[in-house]
Amino acid sequence: MGIRAAYVHIPFCEHICYYCDFNKVFLKNQPVDEYLDALEREIELTLKQYPTDHLETIFIGGGTPTALNEPQMQRLMEIIQRHLLPLTGDDLEYTVESNPDGVSEEKLDIMKTGGVNRVSFGVQSFDDGLLERIGRTHREAKVAQTLDAAAKRFNNISVDLMFGLPNQTLDQVRYDVTRALQLPITHISSYSLILEPHTVFAIQERKGKLPLPTQDLEAEMYQVMIDTIEAGGYAQYEISNFAQAGKESRHNRVYWENDEYYGFGAGSHSYINQTRRANIAPIPHYIKAEGLPVRKETPLTNVERMEEEMFLGLRMKDGVSFERFRTKYGVAFEDVFGDVMKRLLPNGLVEQTETHIRLTPAGIPLANEVFAEFIGEAQVQ
Amino acid sequence: MTNEDRLKRQKSIRNFSIIAHIDHGKSTLADRILEKTGALTSREMKDQTLDAMELERERGITIKLNAVQLKYTAKDGEDYILHLIDTPGHVDFTYEVSRSLAACEGAVLVVDAAQGIEAQTLANVYLALDNDLEILPIINKIDLPSADVERVRQEIEDVIGLDASEAVPTSAKAGIGIEEILEQIVEKVPAPTGDPSAPLEALIFDSYYDAYRGVVASIRIVNGTVKVGDKIRMMSTGKDFEVLELAVATPKPLRQQELTVGDVGTLSASIKTVGDVRVGDTITLAKQPATEALPGYRKMNPMVYCGLYPIDAAKYNDLREALEKLQLSDAALEFEPETSQALGFGFRCGFLGMLHMEIIQERIEREFNIDMITTAPSVIYHVTTTAGEVLHVDNPSKMPDQQKVEFIEEPFVKAAVMTPNDYVGAIMELCQKKRGTFVDMQYIDTTRVKITYELPLSEIVYDFFDQLKSSTKGYASLDYELIGYQQSRLVKMDILLNNENVDALSFIVHRDFAYERGKVIVDKLKELIPRMQFEVPIQAAVGTKIVARSTIKALRKNVLAKCYGGDISRKRKLLEKQKEGKKRMKMVGSVEVPQEAFMSVLSMDED
Repeated sequence: MGIRAAYVHIPFCEHICYYCDFNKVFLKNQPVDEYLDALEREIELTLKQYPTDHLETIFIGGGTPTALNEPQMQRLMEIIQRHLLPLTGDDLEYTVESNPDGVSEEKLDIMKTGGVNRVSFGVQSFDDGLLERIGRTHREAKVAQTLDAAAKRFNNISVDLMFGLPNQTLDQVRYDVTRALQLPITHISSYSLILEPHTVFAIQERKGKLPLPTQDLEAEMYQVMIDTIEAGGYAQYEISNFAQAGKESRHNRVYWENDEYYGFGAGSHSYINQTRRANIAPIPHYIKAEGLPVRKETPLTNVERMEEEMFLGLRMKDGVSFERFRTKYGVAFEDVFGDVMKRLLPNGLVEQTETHIRLTPAGIPLANEVFAEFIGEAQVQ
Repeated sequence: MTNEDRLKRQKSIRNFSIIAHIDHGKSTLADRILEKTGALTSREMKDQTLDAMELERERGITIKLNAVQLKYTAKDGEDYILHLIDTPGHVDFTYEVSRSLAACEGAVLVVDAAQGIEAQTLANVYLALDNDLEILPIINKIDLPSADVERVRQEIEDVIGLDASEAVPTSAKAGIGIEEILEQIVEKVPAPTGDPSAPLEALIFDSYYDAYRGVVASIRIVNGTVKVGDKIRMMSTGKDFEVLELAVATPKPLRQQELTVGDVGTLSASIKTVGDVRVGDTITLAKQPATEALPGYRKMNPMVYCGLYPIDAAKYNDLREALEKLQLSDAALEFEPETSQALGFGFRCGFLGMLHMEIIQERIEREFNIDMITTAPSVIYHVTTTAGEVLHVDNPSKMPDQQKVEFIEEPFVKAAVMTPNDYVGAIMELCQKKRGTFVDMQYIDTTRVKITYELPLSEIVYDFFDQLKSSTKGYASLDYELIGYQQSRLVKMDILLNNENVDALSFIVHRDFAYERGKVIVDKLKELIPRMQFEVPIQAAVGTKIVARSTIKALRKNVLAKCYGGDISRKRKLLEKQKEGKKRMKMVGSVEVPQEAFMSVLSMDED
């Protein structure tokens, strides 16, 4: 099977959120046009070296892709149109990540004309106090407005929600979910706050100024999220992702199914020919790079691929299919991880059907306990 | 050599030691003396040469005794043979200090010109006086701005009662006063008395293991002569050996055909078993044995015991080999196999003290690469049962049931703490907390006191020294000696994890403190033991009575919210790390327990 997914990174933002550790810089004074030039070069070169027959998904993420002004957004659309769209068909899922703040109707039109058919908004919360606490500039009123404009143009819209935020209460979580369900959307991603190094939150935490909920409260919030969102007509299909029927993110599915994908842009990651690559992250260096802007290459062994198959695939509600495993690796799942399963099944965190192995509802919040069991335990000749 | 030659040579021998409180400059002084007598050129000088092992050098302490033979031409034009014997300074090694002093006629007493007399200064002086040594006080570190030579001179006279009018003001660091010290040694330290033709009496004051020579004895000839080829006898065991090699250290070993009265050197007889060479014992000739051994021989007994268990059960044999190898150069280390329900197969090891224990542990981990769980250190209890038997219990989990115990005795020490006035209250509070009984308090001078307490040894083995230092900003110093066993109202406290008794966590506590300690420990264990997929109750029990409890809640959440393309490599590393972390813990029943938990039972702090 060829490479069927492409990720494009736009590392510019107008504000830096306190929790974010993605590759990004303040938009002001950045060489955006040169960046887009370099991006186009990278796409061209990559496709020449690693061609594919058919692309099914395109995902533009960041940073804040919508931080680009209208002409820049137009340029980006043209690059995609020229190099990537010819490889796609009717089954294309083309997503752009957006800020609920500062997306003009014009920009939305440009995106629509460019072929975009899915938008993902980083809402995080509807509580203005919480929004300020995490460094977001939009407010509840603006969100509704933006989403209405988006709904006029797109019928596949996702919002991100966050829980486990400083001083957040269970009631606030309930409110956020309820508000989200009232919007014209088709997909919800709900993430617990992860404290990453080199973020504003990390510094606050070091100074003792980040009052986070306890592990137990976080676990309760997670459960409330799951229950409420599912009751609203969205099925949980992955640890943090919920969708109405047929509206799952097919791009992200490529990651969890451990299949290959392109990664374009500064700091992007790709997975091609069983090798994971990471791009140069600093924008000036990315722009100046000769040839492909790759910083690091890690070829994976067969065992590593099988392990990744497990800790990625089990993130999905359906879990890992035995048949897919056999087709991909030429060996039966039972032969490789049979012993691991014997150890895991009694714990009640995983279950096995005739066709799949998957996490139980009890296993989802403790997924890492299950995943760790697959590391270093593959039985291969 | 003829007997006359020997007697003549004997008159030019001077055997001396350097004694001091820790860090008062003993080792630096020894280095200067070696330099001055040409034993080492300055290029060959490594700082603190006499500290043999790298580990010791790292920690800045001396453990093993070492003796060197030096040649010195005095101002009177005569040649003298000086034997300098280095001694350890830490409280753990008092017996070794006393044995090295028994090999000398004189002792250079180093007193810091700024700090003055400290607890161990006194302790070592008393030891030297006990051995009838000529004591030559010197006042060191005169280069320091806070040095006050006259004050210290007065202190020596007042506190010790020694004539310090001729005490040499010295700076070992700067090399000032060294020659004067050597002159005084020649002048005042008596030459060894003894008859080279009498039956051999050689004192063993140290031993070490050499791959080629076997166990080597460091000896001082008190009477008689020993030659290569002689058949010698160990008086404490009655075993005979043939002398293969005799040598003196210059510091490089120099072979000798014979050693006679006053000589200090080494003897090798291809002895394989470390138990055959006992520090303090007397070596004599098999053919013409001495009638009585030299006084003072005492088998060095460990004071502190702990359990050593390999985290990986497969490394049990490696651990045994490591302990065997270490014991070859460390006769004081004792060990024997033991099993724990909680930890599996391991060893009960005996040490002279906490420092000794820490050093052995570090060496095993570093030189032999074995990760271990160490159980909390314990002393030996004398338990009198209702049936009239007296048991020696060195492992708390082996304490018999309360109903079977008539009474328990524990070892006590007399501890002398020297401290500036300001900290008297803090020290008395600390000693009280450690079940101490006040003995007396003496004023050393206007600013310092010496406080003496009787304390149970078990209360000071763990962190007493550290707590003493931290509550007195480092100014206090400690010296202690065993004074015998006393009855105490002690009970065994058991710790149950997940309703199972973990024998390796048992410890002995005074009945009055049982509840308090139990509470502190169950709360501490709750912090130290990671959450499992089920709830884990922790209980502290005395007999069948639960005195304290806490609960480790079940793990509720361990999941990575986001995992997209760029997160995958990082996720792998995270999971690998999680897996590694589990390896460093010991599975006890169904609960994973880290090393810190086993030591925590001794800690008294609530933090």
